[in-house]
Amino acid sequence: MAGSMHKGNIAIIGAAETDSVTVQPDMSQLELHAQAAQRALSDAGLKPSDVDGIATTAIPFEVAHHLGIKARWLDGTMVGGCSYMLHVRHAAAAIASGAAEVVLVTHGESGRSRNGVGPYGASPQSLTGQFEAPFGATTPYSIFTVPAMAYMKKYGLDRSDLAEVVVAQREYAVNNPRAMRRKPVTVDEILADSTVAYPFNKDMICVVTDAGGALVVTSAERAKDMPNADKAVYLLGSGESHEATLMSQMEDLTSFEGFRRASQEAFATAGVTHEEIDHLMCYDAFAHLPLYMMEDLGFVKPGEAAAFHKDGETRPGGRLPTNTSGGGLSYTHSGMYGMFAILEAVRQLRGEAFVQQPNVKTSFVQGVGFFFGAAGSLVLSNQQP
Amino acid sequence: MATGLVPSPTPETAPFWEGTKAHELRIQQCNSCGKFYFYPRSHCRYCNSTDVEWKTVSGKGTLASYVINNRPTPPFDKETPIIVALIQLDEGPRMMSNIVGVEAKPENLELDAPVTVDWEDRGDQVIPVFRFAEGA
Ligand SMILES: [Zn+2]
Repeated sequence: MAGSMHKGNIAIIGAAETDSVTVQPDMSQLELHAQAAQRALSDAGLKPSDVDGIATTAIPFEVAHHLGIKARWLDGTMVGGCSYMLHVRHAAAAIASGAAEVVLVTHGESGRSRNGVGPYGASPQSLTGQFEAPFGATTPYSIFTVPAMAYMKKYGLDRSDLAEVVVAQREYAVNNPRAMRRKPVTVDEILADSTVAYPFNKDMICVVTDAGGALVVTSAERAKDMPNADKAVYLLGSGESHEATLMSQMEDLTSFEGFRRASQEAFATAGVTHEEIDHLMCYDAFAHLPLYMMEDLGFVKPGEAAAFHKDGETRPGGRLPTNTSGGGLSYTHSGMYGMFAILEAVRQLRGEAFVQQPNVKTSFVQGVGFFFGAAGSLVLSNQQP
Repeated sequence: MATGLVPSPTPETAPFWEGTKAHELRIQQCNSCGKFYFYPRSHCRYCNSTDVEWKTVSGKGTLASYVINNRPTPPFDKETPIIVALIQLDEGPRMMSNIVGVEAKPENLELDAPVTVDWEDRGDQVIPVFRFAEGA
């Protein structure tokens, strides 16, 4: 097959998560990959022998061999939590150019139980080991959070604006039986809790879970002959970009160039406008991320994302339902959350979400990786243009 | 001496860490375009010139942003909150550091307030930290 990797020529035809996406102390990280992969293949009506391409944040041939796959195309792109957006994008390019036909994208992470996981932390000779870690910036909550005060000062915001993001997303999680945090919560309750890393309270920081997820990607042409052809989700457009590994080198502390560039390319390749987006997934490891993303993606003007949340526009029934699973803040966050943002978009587009929003035809998924380091964007639709 | 992670220099960053031992903040300036840049490398990040030179800078800057890490992980002392700060140096570059000399409370941490460099022994290295400038 040759042709465009975008505009609906490539489809996600299988999608699945592990049995649970919260706490799984009896499974290793590799088995989380495997279980999700087997479920996604079964969803697509395929066997491991049907797969000829593998993309994952783990060692790709380890996952392939573990599953009995003989791949002719391997992608080990590892740029943190948005790697899976890049995997889908790269798989689309590979399929469009004939380098692969059926690509399996897998995520598995024992982020909570830490089974079969390598040691955490930067080498003291790495850039982060020399120029960030010695200053106590050693954990996501002490690195990713650092620009937020500058952002809030610029737009006259305070911590209640971060709490509003949590409250909005919790509305979805309350009705999602698979979510980690399901208790309704108010702004006052969040602010009354002690701060893990000021200005961030616990609820403004993602959950820590054990979870896996997987996708099967193929050509739209081939997808038409598969058992769940009517559930195909088409890739309309995509983009990827980056800034630096060091937080201090972010050009503008109030806006991430990676979001701006990746999303612009995704909109341009998809040929859709913001008005045509019915549903949004914003990778939310921390409560300030949906604010940065909505602005950098152009859904609202700079400084307006907090009011957009406060006004209920992202909540169930709002103008732009966002992070409808509950997101990383409430649903699941095994470490590299991007897979679960894509999977929720697929569920909404299939009409199978736990908190299904009406009339979702086109979804925008924005990922981020290694803090404000890398970015990946996908525009997905349940209709082929 | 405060406990914490100890940086380990590479050949390219060694002059920076030799500077901190002499209580001097040394960063590189490009002789082609005149810009200072951080972190250390063999070429200018703005114009790609390799005609670059180490300079001892003023050690003055402002507090660009911060987070109060109330849950430091070992080998940092778990009981002592750390003010993780981004410092905008007067010469242009931004670097990560700590604010010291004040209690770790938001009311003590005014954004854009002037700061000056100070030094903290850490293992076999010296790390640059910052204090609010006197009289500011
Ligand atoms: Zn230059």
